[in-house]
Amino acid sequence: MSASADLSYVASAAQADAPPAIELAGVNKWFGALHVLRDVNLAVAPGERVVVCGPSGSGKSTMIRCINRLEVHQEGRIAVEGIELTDDVRALDAIRREVGMVFQSFNLFPHLTVLENCTLAPIWVRRTPKKEAEELAMELLARVKIPEQAKKYPGQLSGGQQQRVAIARALCMRPKIMLFDEPTSALDPEMIKEVLDVMVELAGTGMTMMVVTHEMGFARQVADRVVFMDQGEVVEVGTPEQVFNAPKTDRLQLFLSQILRGH
Amino acid sequence: MSNASTSSGPRKPPITAVGPIAWVRNNLFSGWLSTAVTLALGYLVIRLALSFVDWAFINAIWSVPSNAQGPQTQVCRDLQGSGACWAVIGEKHRFMLFGTYPYEQHWRPALACVLFVALYIISAMRRFWRWELALIWVGMLTAIGVLMWGGIFGLSYVPQERWGGLPITLILATFGLAFAFPLSILVALGRRSSLPAIKVLCVLYVELIRGVPLISLLFMASVMFPLFLPEGMNIDKLLRAQIAIILFAGAYLAEVVRGGLQSLPKGQYEAADAMGLSFWQKTGLIIMPQALRMVIPPLVNTFIGFFKDTSLVLIIGIFDLLTAGKTAIVEPAWQGFGVEVYVFIGSIYLVFCYAMSKYSRGLEAELNRHRRR
Repeated sequence: MSASADLSYVASAAQADAPPAIELAGVNKWFGALHVLRDVNLAVAPGERVVVCGPSGSGKSTMIRCINRLEVHQEGRIAVEGIELTDDVRALDAIRREVGMVFQSFNLFPHLTVLENCTLAPIWVRRTPKKEAEELAMELLARVKIPEQAKKYPGQLSGGQQQRVAIARALCMRPKIMLFDEPTSALDPEMIKEVLDVMVELAGTGMTMMVVTHEMGFARQVADRVVFMDQGEVVEVGTPEQVFNAPKTDRLQLFLSQILRGH
Repeated sequence: MSNASTSSGPRKPPITAVGPIAWVRNNLFSGWLSTAVTLALGYLVIRLALSFVDWAFINAIWSVPSNAQGPQTQVCRDLQGSGACWAVIGEKHRFMLFGTYPYEQHWRPALACVLFVALYIISAMRRFWRWELALIWVGMLTAIGVLMWGGIFGLSYVPQERWGGLPITLILATFGLAFAFPLSILVALGRRSSLPAIKVLCVLYVELIRGVPLISLLFMASVMFPLFLPEGMNIDKLLRAQIAIILFAGAYLAEVVRGGLQSLPKGQYEAADAMGLSFWQKTGLIIMPQALRMVIPPLVNTFIGFFKDTSLVLIIGIFDLLTAGKTAIVEPAWQGFGVEVYVFIGSIYLVFCYAMSKYSRGLEAELNRHRRR
């Protein structure tokens, strides 16, 4: 797979002795009295693709949302690109500029056109000139195969198209890391593939990716490592073969049997 | 066309299902009860319309003779209510529109009203929605102030106590809403703030102001507030009433805006946060544009309500349009012609309020284009 020109900058991050792109050490989080993340330890190397799976309520979405501080963790250390997440607003801004996120419910801005959705953050956060931001946006909309929808409003697109816009919008900030929070869970079956295809292509460019998903086919195809979470804990970590073919714990076996029965 | 082609392609609906005839049949004459109600109401509406035309036009008297003792309104009184006496409007319209402003200077408040209307029209056009519009507002309002007060450019000075009529209503409504609207946005944001002090302050403000009638607030502004001021210091009565109206409107609008904020899904905030937008960027570019579009109908509802509520300043002796109208018929010659005066004044309010309502519907349709499929 060849890295295409406009995303080649991410490859430079994949140096041998670079710090981990994402590092979670002893992370704990509670919602009220509910212990939702329990001593989570995980390091993601630059350029690595990690798929996180687990039953609902296992804390996988919460974990990924802690990485750009949409949720605040209460104990432990989270560092992104070597910058630790604290209450320091400047550190948070620096991290959010480098981390793109794609949501289950797309969260496009309905009052802005597709193109405006894509250029908003580059113009206001990165201070990119408007023309340059629009050129990059059109290029990325072409990569997700919907350049002809640029002038439409999100409400006029199908779910699959909206999610591809959301991916393009995140990429417009030229992030080093992309987080996906169940990107295909809200989609009709016939639209899942078009989104996964875009994600597979993105994985081919060397982007550091962390993906919460139940799409086991996708995990087998692109994941370097699969993380299985249950009840707020990281239960197993391994290659897709290790995790799917040789589960070590009962909990993972149970989960896999439920997933397979569902498919 | 053959039968075969009509069965395959789309066909037009039968003529009885669309068009005005079908509408009349479906909505007015769909059964014997509906037919009876239609006929009865139709009869009533026509009767009322005919008697109004009789009163307002056919039997109306448009002018009365005048002699040394003043206008002779006996002809009007002889009608005994069977016709309108529009002569009162002809005679008194200058007083109703401009109050006790010096008569020979009436062109000044008249021009001020024209400037106000021009300002509304410019502000209503979307192509002027740029930051320069704020400059236009400042310029126009300064010009209106100079016109009304005078004292420079060879205009004679007219103290505020002599202002009255339509300019007062427009001043109270325009400044009231122009200041209350931004205030309400800040208060609505404040009520959702994570900082407890700001939140408590905003809640207190809204609940206190909303909990008392506007009349009592105006009374406080006019009677009690001066007692707290140091000796010799005096704030213009109109300004005090203006501030009371701004505070009152602000509290109501803040709740409308907050309703808009609450209708936004959490994902919009999260998406903006994840992209690294600052609080004010997020609020100005993502949250407010959507929240305000959502609440255009209740927002305009409140605007219209406050436009009319400015007439409550009558209780503290400020001569707005309604007070001027009431005072116009105090003169013995014209006593008893209140209906004509109130119809006249009511129609001025109606023109402004209907314009707001009509404009808001257009704006709503245009700004919510993105929600159409």
